Amino acid sequence: MNLAFDIFTVSVVSAGAFFFLAGTVGLLRFPDSLTRLHALTKVDNLGLGLVVVGLLPQANGLFGALKLVSIWLLVQLSGAIVTQLIAGAVRQRGSDG
Amino acid sequence: MTILSAFDIGLVVLILGIGASTIAAREAFTAVIGFVVYGLLLSIAWVRLSAVDVALTEAAIGGGMTGMLILGAVARLRLAKGTDTRASLPVRFAAGGLCALVAAGLAIAILSPPEAIPTLAPMVMENLAQSGLGNPVAGVLFVYRALDTLLEKVVLILALLGVWSLAPDSVWGGIPGLRVYAQPSSTLTFLAQLLPPVGIVVAIYMCWVGAKEPGGAFQGGTVLAAMWLLVMIAGLKNVPSISQPWLRLLLVVGPVIFLAIGLAGMVLANAFLDYPSGYAKPLIIAVEVALTLSIGVALGLLAAGPPERVQQQ
Amino acid sequence: MTSFLFGAAGFVLTMVALGLVVILRRPAEVDHMMAAQLLGTGGVAILLLLAAATEIPSIVDVALLLALFAAFAAVAFVRSASDQESEVLKATSDG
Repeated sequence: MNLAFDIFTVSVVSAGAFFFLAGTVGLLRFPDSLTRLHALTKVDNLGLGLVVVGLLPQANGLFGALKLVSIWLLVQLSGAIVTQLIAGAVRQRGSDG
Repeated sequence: MTILSAFDIGLVVLILGIGASTIAAREAFTAVIGFVVYGLLLSIAWVRLSAVDVALTEAAIGGGMTGMLILGAVARLRLAKGTDTRASLPVRFAAGGLCALVAAGLAIAILSPPEAIPTLAPMVMENLAQSGLGNPVAGVLFVYRALDTLLEKVVLILALLGVWSLAPDSVWGGIPGLRVYAQPSSTLTFLAQLLPPVGIVVAIYMCWVGAKEPGGAFQGGTVLAAMWLLVMIAGLKNVPSISQPWLRLLLVVGPVIFLAIGLAGMVLANAFLDYPSGYAKPLIIAVEVALTLSIGVALGLLAAGPPERVQQQ
Repeated sequence: MTSFLFGAAGFVLTMVALGLVVILRRPAEVDHMMAAQLLGTGGVAILLLLAAATEIPSIVDVALLLALFAAFAAVAFVRSASDQESEVLKATSDG
């Protein structure tokens, strides 16, 4: 059982790490601020979500697991709103560089 | 080289790089962003040093509140002098020299430690159970070095008085000049409605868990201050004028209760700031709750700045 | 298991470092504002991985505060930028 949990953790956390890689590649390659913002927030949030799911079997107890999930939800919600704010700032002053 | 030391070296290189880019930044705004990133990264470094209490404080103070304070200073500089805010060459040399001196002193202290580092940690761990607390840091703050902690909170109020005293006489007791978000924005309003309930729960949790695990009044208070500032920046609540009685009361309630319990200790226990045996934990938690409120209000008002307008009748 | 988690934390740290270098080297200020956001996700992931690897549950609390204050810092940045913007507008409409 433990081995199965460990295999689950390794594969899902690795998938999460891959999305962090994808986010960084997007940050490097995308042409303007808005698309870079898109790469940064969406892909990294998915990466964090997968890391959280992967860590669930390692969490201590139900409450530990709940805490991990609520942290992810908090990052999701605040991240999505803050992204809108930054995108507003981008539109205001025009995207350069 | 193990994975762990590779991680640590990478983290240190990154922190040094961010520090260097903060110093090299030409724009004040960019430098503040670098500083905030530096603070958030430092909290990871403190975790690696097994100082979770410090990591919590660093994430809250270094990552959030100090950035907010410096952004306020940047805005003031811009208003006061336009864009020309460069110091003259001798001033910059003097500042650089003094910074180098402090850094050299710290480096000497760290690189040449005594043979056996003097520590009271084993004694703290031995006697911690008597206080009923589980977190040795809280034990040191509220039992062994309670006087330091009390004075620390008083210093916070003195700092706030210092900020307030920058106000001209005509607006004394008025409303702090916190810069609110320039355009009305429904997105920011949504965030300011969504985040504070979460933040208040986190603050209560931090304050409560501080007795047993890393956390405590300072971390909780900082979260409260940040949530209060968020609501005020979004324009959902007006910045209160500093002459409000409830505001002054909240500001001093923590230190006053701490002092009262300390004085009661002279009668009920053996000494000033001593707790009667068996009641240590509930008294400490009462002090922590009051301090959380006071620290939250004090930090929020520090970031809001000196009064700039008189209250409208 | 422990060394895998540390390795994953190191990998995410490398990605965050690369991202920070890219973001902070761009000329536009709006790009710099993304830095707090990057640490809000990447930093939280690193801390959660460290918490699981070292089995110190209180590190999860640090991740919680990091998430909260990354959002707060981003709001402070955006407010400051909008402040500058309105001053520029005022200056151009005055002049």
